[in-house]
Amino acid sequence: MKWLSKTYIWVIMAFLYAPIGVLIFFSFNQSKSRSNFTGFTLDWYVKLFNNDLIIQSLVNTLIVALVSSLIATVIGTVAAVGLNSMKKWTKSIIMNITYLPIVNPEIVIGVSFMLLFVMAQGILSHINMDFEFGYMTLILAHVTFNLPYVILNVLPKIRQMDKYVYDAALDLGCPPARAFFKVVMPEIMPGILSGFLMAFTYSLDDFVISYFVSGATSQTLPITIYSMTRRKVSPEINAISTIIFVIVLAVLLLVNFYGARKEKQSRREGARV
Amino acid sequence: MKTKYSSLFALPYLIWSLIFIIVPMGLVVVFAFTTEGGQFTLDYVSQVGEYTNVLVRSVWLAAIATAICLLIGYPLAFMMSRMPGFQQRTMLMLIMLPMWMNFLLRTYAWMTILEKNGLINKLFGFIGLGPFDLINTQGAVVLGMVYNYLPFMILPLYSIMTKIDNRTIEAAQDLGANTKNVFTRIVIPMSMPGVSTGITMVFVPSVSTFIISRMLGGGGNLLIGDLIDLQFLGNAYNPHLGSAISLVLMVLILLCMSILNQFNDDEDREGMLL
Repeated sequence: MKWLSKTYIWVIMAFLYAPIGVLIFFSFNQSKSRSNFTGFTLDWYVKLFNNDLIIQSLVNTLIVALVSSLIATVIGTVAAVGLNSMKKWTKSIIMNITYLPIVNPEIVIGVSFMLLFVMAQGILSHINMDFEFGYMTLILAHVTFNLPYVILNVLPKIRQMDKYVYDAALDLGCPPARAFFKVVMPEIMPGILSGFLMAFTYSLDDFVISYFVSGATSQTLPITIYSMTRRKVSPEINAISTIIFVIVLAVLLLVNFYGARKEKQSRREGARV
Repeated sequence: MKTKYSSLFALPYLIWSLIFIIVPMGLVVVFAFTTEGGQFTLDYVSQVGEYTNVLVRSVWLAAIATAICLLIGYPLAFMMSRMPGFQQRTMLMLIMLPMWMNFLLRTYAWMTILEKNGLINKLFGFIGLGPFDLINTQGAVVLGMVYNYLPFMILPLYSIMTKIDNRTIEAAQDLGANTKNVFTRIVIPMSMPGVSTGITMVFVPSVSTFIISRMLGGGGNLLIGDLIDLQFLGNAYNPHLGSAISLVLMVLILLCMSILNQFNDDEDREGMLL
């Protein structure tokens, strides 16, 4: 029984990792072939870093992800504060709207944005204003699908908070704005941070929605990767995959290590009490 | 913190979601039911009927992929939930790691493995078999869906199964239940919320994908997503028909989800988010 479950786990892991392993292996291949290994080379990595299109789209991706997740974090955190003090039924209506971008298929959200921006283009051209598909449309779309993740991370933290702490600060003569930044913010900071990180990673990784709202000059990395897969043979993709895999692995290991240490620490403190 | 005006803080978000969630969704509905001149019409919605075979194929392939994910993922999630803490964390990381790579790269990987002179056919060649047509088949599309969305099935299942106390299982065994009874009477009923979340999280992206079918299915296995894409960014530019198909897709998903909800009535909404 024991060896059976062990074999099962190994088979699934092989299924999950074999394709990635193949990509990484052939990123060092001299020829363009995807099945014959003819010799070791780092040429594809050199080519990758000299490819202006890829570097530019990497920069675009980082700009869009950073700006959109920052905007979403600010609007979402403030919204969570407001939502918390709403009546139950208004809140549940708004929460249902908040879930819409998560439960709807990405492609439908993508085309709905495209319709909106095409309409905006039409209206703005009447008053002689230019509105092109590009950074602007990308950021607007990304903020929208990032907002639910921020709200859903911050709202529980506000709910858990001792609501009298804020009142106490006011009673002691603190002005409301300062009480918010000094008392409320530190309490809900973990929620804000995890909301921001989630938004940022979703934004980095998004292809489907960006595909419908990006212009010719503002391609993000996933869109560039997509156009590379349309060309039959492009070993640079293997090199990108390897780099991304190594980065993700490093980040996950770091988070895991940090989490394990924190857990140990809190267990030790718990034992002392 | 609750004062008379504090709910006003939600106002910027409300305005934002009005412009960027409600209005775009409304536009999809309006476009589906109007002509280019702005007149009301049912032409486009009825035109979707011509693509019934594509709709059926999408739902069919997505359903198969979801079933396979459930069959593969359920035992793994259960094994994971019974492991010691450190092993659980490691397994969780191993399952999430491929998920963090862009799905285009993951699908591209299978493209290179399945193609005519790809790795698998080469291996078959060594023992004198093949080459087989592996890519550009429906099987390849299902494989792509399973590979991409398997973690979405495992994670909600795992998180609900960690809440099943080992003592509950032991109590059942003490009272004379055999392994089969433990599963059918204890584990499966208690893990139902995770099952329905997992099914939703695999089925929705599978039924609406257009990249997996394009990269692994060739031209002959179009899905609903491909149809929508063709109407908006492809040669067949027609946003009205595209909106009608999108609307049908949304209704289809809502229908499937409500059928699913019949089987468990108290779905955990927060569970939707992993």
